[in-house]
Amino acid sequence: MQLNQTQVTTNGSPELLKKRSMDGRLKAIAAGEWFEPAVHPDLKQQDVVLEITGFNLWYGAAQALFDISMTIPKGKVTALIGPSGCGKSTLLRSVNRLNDLVDSVRISGDMKLNQDSIYARGVDVIELRKRMGMVAQKSNPFPMSIYENVIYPLRIDGVRDKAMLDEVCEKSLRGAALWDEVKDRLQQSALGLSGGQQQRLCVARAIAAEPEMLLMDEPCSALDPIATSKIEDLIDQLRGEYTILIVTHNMQQAARVSDNTAFMYLGQLVEYSPTRTLFQKPQLTETEDYISGRFG
Amino acid sequence: MNSSKSSTVATPLAQSRVAERVRTGYRTKTRTALAAHGQPYVWLAGGMLALSLAMILGLLTLILVRGTGTFWPAPVIQVEMVDGRIHMGEITRHSSYVPREELLLALPAQAMGAARALLAAQDGVSERFLIRTGNFELTQEHFNWVSDFAINSTSYPQWALLFERQEWGRFYGMPEAFLIDGERVATTPAEVWGKLNEHHRDVRRRWQERRALETHEIGKINYALEQARLQVRGAELAVEAAEGRDGKGSPAQQKALLHLGAAQAGLAQLSVEADAEYGRLRGEINRINQENARFEILVTTADGRERALPLAQIVRAYTPNQLSLGEKFGIYFDRWLEFLRDDPREANSEGGVFPAIFGTVVMTLIMSICVVPFGVLAALYLREYAKAGPMISTVRIAVNNLAGVPSIVFGVFGLGFFCYLMGGTIDQLFYSAKLPSPTFGTGGILWASLTLALLTLPVVIVATEESLAAVPSSMREGSYACGASKWQTIRRIVLPRAMPGIMTGMILAMARGAGEVAPLMLVGAVKLAPELPVDGYAPFVHLERSFMHLGFHIFDLGFQSQNSEAAVPMVFSTTLLLVAIIALLNIGAILLRNRLRRKFMTSQF
Ligand SMILES: Nc1ncnc2c1ncn2[C@@H]1O[C@H](COP(=O)(O)OP(=O)(O)OP(=O)(O)O)[C@@H](O)[C@H]1O
Ligand SMILES: [Mg+2]
Repeated sequence: MQLNQTQVTTNGSPELLKKRSMDGRLKAIAAGEWFEPAVHPDLKQQDVVLEITGFNLWYGAAQALFDISMTIPKGKVTALIGPSGCGKSTLLRSVNRLNDLVDSVRISGDMKLNQDSIYARGVDVIELRKRMGMVAQKSNPFPMSIYENVIYPLRIDGVRDKAMLDEVCEKSLRGAALWDEVKDRLQQSALGLSGGQQQRLCVARAIAAEPEMLLMDEPCSALDPIATSKIEDLIDQLRGEYTILIVTHNMQQAARVSDNTAFMYLGQLVEYSPTRTLFQKPQLTETEDYISGRFG
Repeated sequence: MNSSKSSTVATPLAQSRVAERVRTGYRTKTRTALAAHGQPYVWLAGGMLALSLAMILGLLTLILVRGTGTFWPAPVIQVEMVDGRIHMGEITRHSSYVPREELLLALPAQAMGAARALLAAQDGVSERFLIRTGNFELTQEHFNWVSDFAINSTSYPQWALLFERQEWGRFYGMPEAFLIDGERVATTPAEVWGKLNEHHRDVRRRWQERRALETHEIGKINYALEQARLQVRGAELAVEAAEGRDGKGSPAQQKALLHLGAAQAGLAQLSVEADAEYGRLRGEINRINQENARFEILVTTADGRERALPLAQIVRAYTPNQLSLGEKFGIYFDRWLEFLRDDPREANSEGGVFPAIFGTVVMTLIMSICVVPFGVLAALYLREYAKAGPMISTVRIAVNNLAGVPSIVFGVFGLGFFCYLMGGTIDQLFYSAKLPSPTFGTGGILWASLTLALLTLPVVIVATEESLAAVPSSMREGSYACGASKWQTIRRIVLPRAMPGIMTGMILAMARGAGEVAPLMLVGAVKLAPELPVDGYAPFVHLERSFMHLGFHIFDLGFQSQNSEAAVPMVFSTTLLLVAIIALLNIGAILLRNRLRRKFMTSQF
């Protein structure tokens, strides 16, 4: 009964919710309840790049994402936060359909990238992925030269024009704040770079084909503070030019780099607000608890 | 009742024991048990490694010592026997034995006493020596055993000469005279030796020229004639075919007849030209032969027989008992060079093994070129495309078991499938003019390579599969995320990354294939094949030709040779060579792999 009441009041008055017990909603989610996410009204009137509607995902019999609906605004950095195993990576990988590689995955619902459906029948997945760049948690440079790594997306597209490739290479490396460090060793193996450089190389590769969106899955988790701050600076520079969806475990990082933040819990979207609001005046006590580390 | 009682008694006892354990701590011993350290197992493992190392090193040392010793020039000993016979030659080995009484009784009466005294002093054991005495055309023997009790005296004659000849093996003797046009131009040993050195090089050069004429020039004519003959035969077959199809007198038959006429005319024309050319070459060869026949060296053997050796027949001559160390090394390396560069002589027991080296290397390379793409593609499908399931597991097990099939079975299969079926079909289609003598329808280097490729396929497949599985999935995902298709990912990311592993598979396959002999005997390795699979006649690469192989050469020398005593040292040298070649091929492949590894795998964190 109590739970039903919560559901009813979700959109109505956040103040009322705040008075609720510490992590009542999260417990309820753990018990299998579904809640309407608390979405900040500001987010509903923005230019949308990615629109997720009623997205569910199952690994075999286990459901990993529950009816996620959200929109990612253009030119902004959107952070996904939430405890480990809550489905952040799964959601991110659903955007460029990397989950197709996992045999047991089943989905329902849809996403739209600039109005084009991602999961409709007959979508060319390969063409779709070319419209997005992805940076993985662990840097994954390819076993080839730095140059070839950066222009890989163009190579597979069959681009042969040397001048154009050179230009893209330089532009992407500059974009990833790596140019000065590697401009003299472009033909050397990318595997000889340091971990932080490798990660920035992956960013350069991700932006080489001028994607409509950048997906980053904990891009700094394997890096030291200096390399991390470089990547964060980089994200800051890319803001406005690119739409970025970034998964992070680091609250400070989310607060520093993102415009909007989505808090996920056990496969559900719990709260989605502008970052400033979310960190300073969250709609839900649960979010506050998570952010302040009172919930673990 | 009883039991419950006993349990009530036992419980406090057990409790107190546990309490005691807890109080004193679980650790009661002060030292770790030997078994817990695992020391005995370390010793066992180390001992096993030492044992295998010792076996490998022992084998390699044996091969190295015997293989390198073969060509060292030994001194020539002259042995006078108590029965008056004289042997001269090189001691090749010796052994101890207890002579039978008959042997002693066969000795001349006056020598018997001394022999018995000698034997008594040695506890009845005699030392015997195997002397390579050569001079086969005179004595019908290459080797002689002599026992110490039957020896009267030994000496190392200063002017003993050793001749290695084109035919009949070695000749040992003392220089008597040097003959030019039958006239004695020199008679003292030193002069004869000087004359020999003066003329030998020229004579041998002429002899090489003559052989080049015989093989290359005449070979060229024969080849052209053979081609023309084949054209005639082909035209005849075409006429027959046309007759069978359209009947006699049909336009097609007429046309074929015309072709036949042209071909026949061509052949006739060529025959005339060839005859003229033959005549010219014959004249040339005769002239060289006559020139060479003028030079002979007259040699007396140890038992006093005289023999004139034509200089042209002498491959190498030296004075074994007067050699300085430098000269010995000179002869040693010269013999190695001959071994590596020349064709075999004397039923393979002398001369070189160049055709076998060439055959082995070419076969191994063709095999590698065939097996790697095959194996890699098969492994790619198995690992990347096929849906995992019982079917794929079965295939994988079958592939692994294929590696356990006896190699001779592959030989039989290769003979039946490649030689007879595929080769036979190719002959029918493209070489019908030559039938019934087969072109591809018999053993040849191509079929041998393919057979061995089949044999080594599992090695490549298994190695490739493993290296494909070792490519991190993050790399693949990175590629997919860039919008690469599966094939692009495999070609640009997975394969380069897996390349070092694939090379490892190739190295293993090469090592396995290059040392294999049994199947080769069925599909094309032969005792003697001076015609190399690659030469100067179009189309330059003759993959249908049978070939010589070092492994088979070893078998042939060791077990099929007429003159097995002389062949055995060559077995060791050939083995050494084979091991060296396999090692070289492997080192080459390993260097290549390391380069690839540096390129694709280095990573630092
Ligand atoms: N390939 C897979 N097969 C089955 N279950 C999976 C697979 N990948 C993820 N899961 C499950 O889906 C759920 C969400 O996983 P996901 O990797 O998206 O979590 P996450 O939020 O990214 O966690 P983290 O912060 O630790 O990376 C987890 O319960 C996980 O066990
Ligand atoms: Mg994750």
